Amino acid sequence: MAENVTPRVRVPSSAAAGEVITIKTLISHVMESGQRKNSDGTLIPRSIINRFTCDFNGQNVIDVTLEPAISTNPYFEFQAMVPEAGTYTFTWYDDDGSVYTDTKDIAIG
Amino acid sequence: MKFTRRDSILIAAGATATAMLPMRAFAAGEDEIAAFTGGAAIGGSGITLTAPEIAENGNTVPIEVNAPGAVSIMVLALGNPNPGVCTFNFGPLAGAQFGSTRIRLSKTQTVTAIAKMADGSFAQASSEVKVTIGGCGG
Repeated sequence: MAENVTPRVRVPSSAAAGEVITIKTLISHVMESGQRKNSDGTLIPRSIINRFTCDFNGQNVIDVTLEPAISTNPYFEFQAMVPEAGTYTFTWYDDDGSVYTDTKDIAIG
Repeated sequence: MKFTRRDSILIAAGATATAMLPMRAFAAGEDEIAAFTGGAAIGGSGITLTAPEIAENGNTVPIEVNAPGAVSIMVLALGNPNPGVCTFNFGPLAGAQFGSTRIRLSKTQTVTAIAKMADGSFAQASSEVKVTIGGCGG
């Protein structure tokens, strides 16, 4: 389990129906690539977040597959269409089986 | 030591195998592309990849991909130990086929993005990034 994993998400609090909004997400995670060596010269095993998804009221917005070449503290910015008021669910899947989630509500208006 | 005809053939075979090794490593990115496209031909337009010309720190290189009408976009860094970087798959509620993230680059190299369009065609864009300090920590 990677320590101190904190997801941070920025979603506008309200939007017009049918509007396209920009969502920014950041999660603190070391994203150990499996290429680095420690002071003994042994390889530090890979430990990354390998998948990130964003859903709105159960419908998928974006699904990203991550490889070790994604930087520490993975950052994603993408655009989503808002058909109605509802909740965005953000999910990150860790190599060690942990799942981190965050939710944000959006209103129409 | 005297070389027999058989020895010579073995040595020649060994030398050929050694010479093939770097070729095999170079083809790693090709495998990823083939797995993504299924061997289909890749067109040129319809995707934009925005990356800095010079990245001082290879640990965080901001990139942006934008491909209107795409269902998924794969990003590759062919000079990295593992060429795969990430794959964006767009769902029905994606407002635009746009994604921005930060990637690691081990050295100066070409970053490639390939988009799979809704009609099954593919588009590719590449950008050369000069890296001052590599980002693989080796």
